[in-house]
Amino acid sequence: MLAKIKEFLGMEAKPEELASKEEVEKVAEEKAKPRIGYVHLSGCTGDVMSLSENYDILAELLTNMVEIVYGQTLADVWEMPEMDLVLVEGSVCLQDEHSVKELMEAREKAGLVVAFGSCAATGCFTRYSRGGQQARPDHESFVPIADLVKVDCAIPGCPPSPEIIAKTVVAVINGDMDYLQPMIDLVGYTEACGCDLQYKVVNQALCIGCGTCAMSCQTRALTMTDGRPELTSARCVKCGICYTQCPRSWWPADRIKQDLGL
Amino acid sequence: MVLGTYKEVVTARSTDKEIQKIAQDGGIVSALFCYALDEKLIDGAVVAGPGKDFWKPEPMVAMSSDEILAAAGTKYTFSPNVWMLKKAVRQYGLEKLGTVAIPCQTMGIRKMQSYPFGVRFLADKIALITGIFCMENFPFTSLETLMAKMGVSPELVEKMDIGKGKFWIHTADEVLSLPLKETHGYEQSGCKVCLDYVSELSDVATGSVGSGDGWSTVFTRTDAGETIFKAAVDAGVIETKAVNEGKFGLEMLTKLATQKKEKAMKEIDRRKAMGLPVPYKGSSEKEDPLANV
Repeated sequence: MLAKIKEFLGMEAKPEELASKEEVEKVAEEKAKPRIGYVHLSGCTGDVMSLSENYDILAELLTNMVEIVYGQTLADVWEMPEMDLVLVEGSVCLQDEHSVKELMEAREKAGLVVAFGSCAATGCFTRYSRGGQQARPDHESFVPIADLVKVDCAIPGCPPSPEIIAKTVVAVINGDMDYLQPMIDLVGYTEACGCDLQYKVVNQALCIGCGTCAMSCQTRALTMTDGRPELTSARCVKCGICYTQCPRSWWPADRIKQDLGL
Repeated sequence: MVLGTYKEVVTARSTDKEIQKIAQDGGIVSALFCYALDEKLIDGAVVAGPGKDFWKPEPMVAMSSDEILAAAGTKYTFSPNVWMLKKAVRQYGLEKLGTVAIPCQTMGIRKMQSYPFGVRFLADKIALITGIFCMENFPFTSLETLMAKMGVSPELVEKMDIGKGKFWIHTADEVLSLPLKETHGYEQSGCKVCLDYVSELSDVATGSVGSGDGWSTVFTRTDAGETIFKAAVDAGVIETKAVNEGKFGLEMLTKLATQKKEKAMKEIDRRKAMGLPVPYKGSSEKEDPLANV
């Protein structure tokens, strides 16, 4: 992973250890560190845990590349400051005024709002919430954050992989809008479900039976039968990953060739 | 660019007599994986292994040469190998994984590597993608129907092959064929918008067209692919000769690749005109109408 990040920063040709430190410092000097906030709505903290699984680069990331200015579990700050970017984890409960207020405030104070993880992006398994439980039986309606505020970028995944988080952060630091474009486009994809494969791929004569959807499903709700995805809907958490990873949903040709050196 | 970006193209075959006997063509996929396993360049490979029904493959994690060889030969139907990659890493605990993939499967893997949204710690474990040329694929029921049309039952079939305008079936005592125009309507429709014939995004791509019987055409594409292929040649497990540039060599390959792309571009344009989704650009939006974008 470290190699991948270095590649992004154009460091791969430099001598190993030394280059890494010097270059990171250089990047830190040349580019103002983005001020990053983290807002935790109705999520499970799995997305921020996934971020922390970038073991190799985490120390560099947190100390040299970004500044974490706000966020439960990350910073002891009560008042929400101005932020360049806010990662919002979790969907928002319409009956919880604090959640709604915090989301609105984050929108006001952040340059970029990122739906961080599938709960924020698509609602994910909170789509199944229907209230009726103690201590707040009225807490029944959970929606992806794009239903309430303008979202700039979505990183789906339940959780998003550590690698995509690192790649996204680096792309943000480098202003690599080409890399971020699919995540900008995914903002509109809020009503996700495993059945999208049927509606948007198989029904549209696009499925080629490669199995990428079944491989990427994070709950094993998908299998392949006679070369087509078969969904066990009771296992589907509506994270949207299967359709997002399908090579027939969107196709980043230029980026792939660049990554492969082709 | 009709044949994708590559470092070198050669005609090659496995030097192993056993592999030559069972391979579809030059045995390049088998030879490369066996060599990579022996040299510990990979610790397993996802291949299209035998399934419950004759000629209906199942993706399988092969961790020995015997298992690799059990998967030799082309099956003209789906083997969702990409599905098995996660199992290979999570359940088999493999760190350096090889896989054989047709172009669309390669596309699924490469997209996952560039954008691993929900796919944790898998992208960097793919060590070798051996891509195979692919004109189109068939649902299993189609394949059964084609065998029935030729009056042969699946368990008697020893080899299937598409070439020289025909679908060929070899049994122990005869060779049957069906003109390709009689297979139309049996192809998978998703193949009709595919712009990749020669596995343009694989590490090493191989296929039959462009080389004589018993040999394969091989493209080395990525640095990783070039390194492994060269090492296998140096070790003597694969022999190579200069590729035929002429009518039955690269010219033929270029012609077929161009035909596939042109046909797909037409279909993409047709679909776009109807308002149907396509992951690729239409020909009118491209600088190079044949580019795989």
